[in-house]
Amino acid sequence: MAGIIGYGAFIPRKRITAEEIARQWGKDPETIRKGLLLEEKSVPGIDEDTITISVEAGADAITRAGIDPSKIGALYIGSESHPYAVKPSGTIVIDALGIGPEVHVADFEFACKAGSEAMFVSLGLVESGRVEYAMGIGADTSQGAPDDALEFSASAGGAAFIFGKENLLVDVLETYSFTSDTPDFWRREGEFYPRHGGRFTGEPAYFKHVLSATRAILDKTGLKPSDFRFAVFHMPNGKFPQQAGKKLGFTQEQMETGWIVPTMGNTYSGSSPTGLAAILDVAEPDDLILMTSFGSGAGSDSFVFKATELLPGRQPLGRTVRSMLDGPKHYVTYGQYAKLRDKIIVNE
Amino acid sequence: MPSPRYWREVPSRLRLEAARCSGCGKVNYPPRPICPGCRGKESEPVTLSKTATIITSTVIHIAPDDFLFEAPYAIAIVETPEGARFMAQVVECDPSSVGPGMDVSLEFRLIRKEARSGILCYGFKAVPTASWEAQS
Repeated sequence: MAGIIGYGAFIPRKRITAEEIARQWGKDPETIRKGLLLEEKSVPGIDEDTITISVEAGADAITRAGIDPSKIGALYIGSESHPYAVKPSGTIVIDALGIGPEVHVADFEFACKAGSEAMFVSLGLVESGRVEYAMGIGADTSQGAPDDALEFSASAGGAAFIFGKENLLVDVLETYSFTSDTPDFWRREGEFYPRHGGRFTGEPAYFKHVLSATRAILDKTGLKPSDFRFAVFHMPNGKFPQQAGKKLGFTQEQMETGWIVPTMGNTYSGSSPTGLAAILDVAEPDDLILMTSFGSGAGSDSFVFKATELLPGRQPLGRTVRSMLDGPKHYVTYGQYAKLRDKIIVNE
Repeated sequence: MPSPRYWREVPSRLRLEAARCSGCGKVNYPPRPICPGCRGKESEPVTLSKTATIITSTVIHIAPDDFLFEAPYAIAIVETPEGARFMAQVVECDPSSVGPGMDVSLEFRLIRKEARSGILCYGFKAVPTASWEAQS
């Protein structure tokens, strides 16, 4: 039996409101608020990226796990905003966290599900006995093109999870993956911003994969939606996860804790993992938790977790997601946002 | 900064590794082969806390090219509970509010990019513990 022995999350303090972005492009902010259910999103500082977010989240995961970091035998980071095109983000993260050098490191990419991909592989390596501990991270400083719908949601943040076989905070009861070739969202090599298929990102992409993976894992486990206390689905906007959850038979109460997108935005690879971290911050022993990610291209990973008696004692040892969402924050103007997100060109 | 020099400084820059002199107890950051306090050559490794207090600070208005987008920004000499002092940029605050006695936490950040194609240099920056509340 393997599961999560430590977890942590990090969300930058800067925010931009949907209203501020809408004003820049002459759009109606109420349409965004009501249509996409987005109020504001996190914005990375000029000195924050996937690596710094991973280190901050990973440090809290190690503290909550209470293990010697040098015993972590594998570290995987899922992101679509790795700072280097060639040089793994993980190499810097392991050195900063005191992991390695006896460690297997790789950077993963699968649009918004690269984080759950890292968790999936970490779990498998631990279950097989190949490594004692493995860390899976989902983190992004997402990009959305100016005046594109994505600009209202693409945000920054992430979460890290350490998997092991003993002293579990959360047991992993089952996993399931569902993947197909669905070109709903992509970014070609050398391009700065991703492109997407508009409404095509909905039914044949997000909903098909999220619903299929979730229904399959429910069949596989024999569980029904009412058995779960919490559920979190990938959050490209506020509306999609709510619609998916309701179609599957989950209630707003089950989804509320992990549904952090209205004030965080879509942290891409960090989206459902950070929602899971928000749930773990408040979950109680024996609570069942469902997580289904989604990555364009497209695929979904589903996990069924069960909290253990150890979880409540470890929750206060790190920053909670809610404290970072509701805590000190600094609102930026669109001009400041453009500067922070490298949208302004200056001479060398 | 040349890559080899950055690489040599990874333990202190990325993990806040310091050395406590076995002779006089002074914590040297980064570690030094000879203690500047007592000239002793024996020391034990110590990892600095990720909290500190600002000793003195200033605000940079005319920044070097690599920090052009960050000006104005505060830099400070901070002291950790172990007694180590070093210079750090202070972020996530109004630079004019930074001053002696302010408590800060040390957060992992990108320190600088070597132009458009060079390496990325990471390390720690100081964030006021009572970071500013919502402003617009």
